[in-house]
Order: sequence, then C-alpha cells, then structure tokens
Amino acid sequence: MDALITQLPVGLAIGAVLLLAALGLNFTFGQMGVINMAHGEFIMIGAYTAYVLHAWIGVNPAYSLIVALPVAFAVTGTLGWLLELGLIRHFYGRPLDTLLLTFGIGMILQQAARDTFGAPNVDVPAPPWLTEGITLGDIRIHYARLFILTLALTAVAAIAYYLNRSRQGRQMRAVIHNRDLAAVTGINTRRVDATTFFIGSGLAGIAGVALTLTGPTGPTLGTNYIVDAFLVVVIGGLGQLRGTVIAAFALGMLNATVEAWTDASLAKLIAFTAIVALLQARPQGLFTVKTRALT
Amino acid sequence: MTTTAPALLTRLRGPLTFLALIAAALLLLPLLLEPFRLNLFAQYLCYAIVALGISLAWGRGGMLTLGHGVFFGLGAYAMGMHLTLASTAADPLNTTGLPQFMVWSGLTELPWFWKPFTHPATAIAAAVLVPGAAAALLGWSVFRQRVRGAYFAILNQALAAAFVIFLIGQQHLTGGTNGLTNFPVFAGHSLYSPTAQTTLYTITVLTLAAIYLLFRHVNNSRYGKLLIAIRDAEDRVRYLGYNPTWAKTLAYALSAMAAGIGGALFVPIMGIISPSLIGVIPSIMMVLAVAIGGRYSLAGAATGAVLINAAETTFAETFASGWIYLQGALFVLVIALAPHGLAGLTRQAATALTRPRTRTTPPAPQDTTTGSPA
Repeated sequence: MDALITQLPVGLAIGAVLLLAALGLNFTFGQMGVINMAHGEFIMIGAYTAYVLHAWIGVNPAYSLIVALPVAFAVTGTLGWLLELGLIRHFYGRPLDTLLLTFGIGMILQQAARDTFGAPNVDVPAPPWLTEGITLGDIRIHYARLFILTLALTAVAAIAYYLNRSRQGRQMRAVIHNRDLAAVTGINTRRVDATTFFIGSGLAGIAGVALTLTGPTGPTLGTNYIVDAFLVVVIGGLGQLRGTVIAAFALGMLNATVEAWTDASLAKLIAFTAIVALLQARPQGLFTVKTRALT
Repeated sequence: MTTTAPALLTRLRGPLTFLALIAAALLLLPLLLEPFRLNLFAQYLCYAIVALGISLAWGRGGMLTLGHGVFFGLGAYAMGMHLTLASTAADPLNTTGLPQFMVWSGLTELPWFWKPFTHPATAIAAAVLVPGAAAALLGWSVFRQRVRGAYFAILNQALAAAFVIFLIGQQHLTGGTNGLTNFPVFAGHSLYSPTAQTTLYTITVLTLAAIYLLFRHVNNSRYGKLLIAIRDAEDRVRYLGYNPTWAKTLAYALSAMAAGIGGALFVPIMGIISPSLIGVIPSIMMVLAVAIGGRYSLAGAATGAVLINAAETTFAETFASGWIYLQGALFVLVIALAPHGLAGLTRQAATALTRPRTRTTPPAPQDTTTGSPA
C-alpha cells in the first residue's frame, strides 16, 4: 500500500503521457481503422520541436515550454495531415497494411532525426517555475509531473467538449458510429478523416513536449511509448474517451507500482499477462461504442 | 501425343527446380563460398525458416505476427542454454560448473529451469515445443475471444517488448544484454571448425527444405483452404460450422515452431544470441522480409528473408544511415505497389511474357500451345 501511495505521482505522470499519446491513436484507429505506427515518431518530433525552439531559436526557457505546446501541435498535426492525405487514405480498410506502411514512415522519420540532431540524447531545460516540488507526508510531488497531469486532463476536457458540443466533433462521432450513414446524411467524411488525423497527430506532439520534462530527448523516444500507448487503446476500447482515460492511468499506475516492489523487467510481463487476462473477460476493451455496422 | 513431353515437363518443373536448388545449395555453395561467407549464408537460411512460418500465419491465416522474434528467441535461448552448459562443463578452468555470467552475478547453484538443458535432446525438443506451446496458449486465449487483426498484431508486439525487457532485466538468469555467447563445444565437437560449420549448414538447408515441403503440404490441404477462408471472412466460416479458433491456433503454433527451429539453428551458426536480435525491431524486420518476398508464397517469403539479410550485411556497414532510409522506403513501396511481393512480381512478369499479345492482335482461337514459354 505504501508503494502505491508513494508511486502515485509517478504513476499518474506516466499515465498522463500515455493518455496524451493514446488519445490520438484511439480516434484514428476507432474512426478509420488505421494503425499509425509513426505516431511514436510524432511524439519524438514534438519533443524535438521544444528542443529547436530552445536551442536553435533561443526562446527564453521561462516560457519556451508554453510556446512549444501550440507549435508542436501545429507541426505534428500538419505532418499527420500530410501523411493521411498523401498515403494513408489510399489504404482505408486494410488496417494491417497501414500498420506496416506507417512503420516504414516511422523508420524514415527516426533516421532523419538521428541525422539532424545526432544519435545522442539532448536536453531541454525545464522552465525554472517547474523545477521545484512539494512534499505531502511521504509523497514528493514535482511540479513538472503536476504540470503533465494538468496538461493531459485539459486535453481530455478539450476533446470531450469538441466531441459533445461542437458541430465538427459531433460529425466525427457520427462517422465513428457508422461511416456510411454519416455520409448519407451529408457529412463530408473525407474532411472529417483529415481533421481527426490532424488533431490526433497534434496531440502526439503535445505528448512529446510533455516528455521533455521527464527526461532526455532522443530519436527513439517515441518507440518507448508507442507499444504502451497502443495497449491503452486495446484495453480502453475504441472510439470513446472514458476507456482511454481509465486504461491510461491504470497502465501508468501498474507500471509504476510493480516497478517499485519487484523490478522493471517483470513489470512488463505482468502487465502483458494482466492485459491478456482482461481480454478474456472483455475482448473489445473496457468500453465499446455500440454500433450496428457489420464488422 | 506430342504434347505429353512438354506437359510432363511443366508438371515436374516445380519439383525439379526444388531439387536443383537443394543440390546447388548442398554441393555447389560449400565449394564456391569461403567459410566466412558460407556461415553468413547459413544465417540467412535460418531467417528463411522463420519467414516460412510468418508466411503461413500471415499470408495464409491473416494473422500479422509482429512478435515472431519472441519465438525465434525462445528456440535460440533453448539451444544457447544447452551450448553454454556444455561449454562450461568442457572448460577445465571453470571449477564452479556454472556459466561465467552466473558466477559474476553471485549465483552458487544452477537455476532449476536451466537443469534440463544439460542434455542436448531436451534442448532441441524445447526449442521446438516451448515456442509452439507459448504460441498455442496465447493464440488460443485471444482467438477464442475473437481478438484479431490489428489487436492481435499489437499484442504480439507488446509481447516482444516485454520479453526483451525481461531478458535484459533478469541478467543473473539470462545473461542480460550480452545474451548467451562463447560456446565452442557441441556434443564433444568444436563448433568453430570448418567441418562443423559445413555440417551445420547442411542441416540448415535440409531443415529449410523439409519445413518448406511440410508447409506446402499444409497449404494445399483442406486445412490450408480453411485458413484462407478464415483469413478472408472469419465470420462466414463460423456460420458454416467450422471453429476458426482451433484452425488459427494451430497455424500460429506451427509458425512459432518454425521460428523456434530457425532460432535453434541460428545460435550455433552465429555463436551468440542476445536480446538485441529478437526485440520489436528485429521482429518487424522478419515481417518486412516476408512482405518483400511475397507473403502469399512460401518460396517468395524464404527468398525475401535471404535477400533482405544479405542486403543488410552488405549495406549496413558501409552506409548505415542510407540503409535505414531504404528499408523504410521498401516498406512503403512494397505495401503500396506490390502487396504480393517479389513472388507476385515474377508471376506477373511470367504471365506478361508468355501470354499471347491480345491487345495488338486478336486472340488465336483454341491454339493454346503457341503460348508456351520461349
């Protein structure tokens, strides 16, 4: 129990990053059936965007983080939009092929980062107002972790607002539920797909900026998170928010606590076994979108 | 009567090519290639065995296995554990009877799951059965719940990631990042001698041929047809009264066993097995090889594995960065333009060459013999 409490901030922070990474995946997967393996590289590009702003352009570290968030969102969002436009839209309905295709894109992006920034990790200094922390009893809470958590929750709130209140978001939900019916009612599904891809990839960029607060940035940054982010999607269930939020924090806490009382190497195997066991009870993930479409 | 001889030749062309290839591999290559090159080629053939398995699971059964490195690794580690123990026992300087890395990690006794591997027969059996059992267990538990497609691929990848982290973390049991290496002795013979390497090469060629024939038989059987049906419309197959769970589990387990055999042969040839050879990236490279060669064709998949690994050794050292770009581009190009891979391209080329030119001249009525290959 002690481990659970002391590891709470760590687990929540890991969960928050996974949540940011998985939000985008969930909607591109749920809506278009596309497995975007380059999503991890978008995270990496988001992190390098923060680095470029700080080290190349020389934005003051006190507020470079705040500047980096929208810039990274725009950069990776645009990349994702281009990827959808140029390549992925020709492969709708072939999920396994898009998986391999985007993995190839990911390899190219990763090597491009290695050639541009060098193989060694780089550091993006945290703004001074995030380097401190507070202590509550046994728990040490870094402001940086708190910031990541706030960021993730804000993103969830924004997405929830978008899905439920805005016209475009409702169109997106309609497409997730039944693409053909949505098209028949006059929704431009092509445009909805492109928008979803833009937002999903942009969120990866934000996750990347958040990751610069937790550690060094390197070309393989995204690869370390992408497998877990996909697992969040698998556990949470496709096309809705609730499951993704619960699954992200559950996986984050599981990783943090199991690491605390055994060691990291067993944590992953235990998590994997737990996930396969969970799929026995709920093969579609925790929550499912009820649809009458034939699968 | 005049068409009998060409017809017979057409029918025998496949088997004859197959025998010619094996004869060339067994008799010609050991003479032509220097021992170092022959050793490299034997490594590629091990990957070709894995590719046969992936072709069965992915091309036939539609199960994209992004974690075949795990099964390759299980086979490889089974063999590596035996080789480590055999070489430790043969080492006069080692008085503890424990592998070096265990001594350094402070172990005083051999862990229980290492003990059966002192005997070569158990090691070889484990190299086949452990991957098969692991795949059967995972396959059955997810296919039963109709978890398939991308979900299955992601689970496979997660397994590969978890397996590698486990191997690295449990250094005192598995040798950690360094893996298992430095085993000069197998069954009382030196592994480094040219004769031993040629023998290993011969065994690998024959195993590859045997697994090819077996999987070809599987593909042409009723069961192979059932797999195609499941790949293309699993629910319809279920409505017809078949149980797809068993069919898929069997194909997945067979595929994992092939990977295990490939791994077990790979270790004495390569002389090392380490986590970096079996993780997420190596696993996906095995799939890339099959995609390039042609996922629907066993021969294509095996050829793809040999080609991509040969290209890797040639290019990776001279211009590493360019090679990665090329690999990424190959992924995109093959999936986008040639989903049937090289096998599909050669078939297209063959039909284009042999087909009468219907576009310029009207088809010659009933005279099919003029279309024979030039």
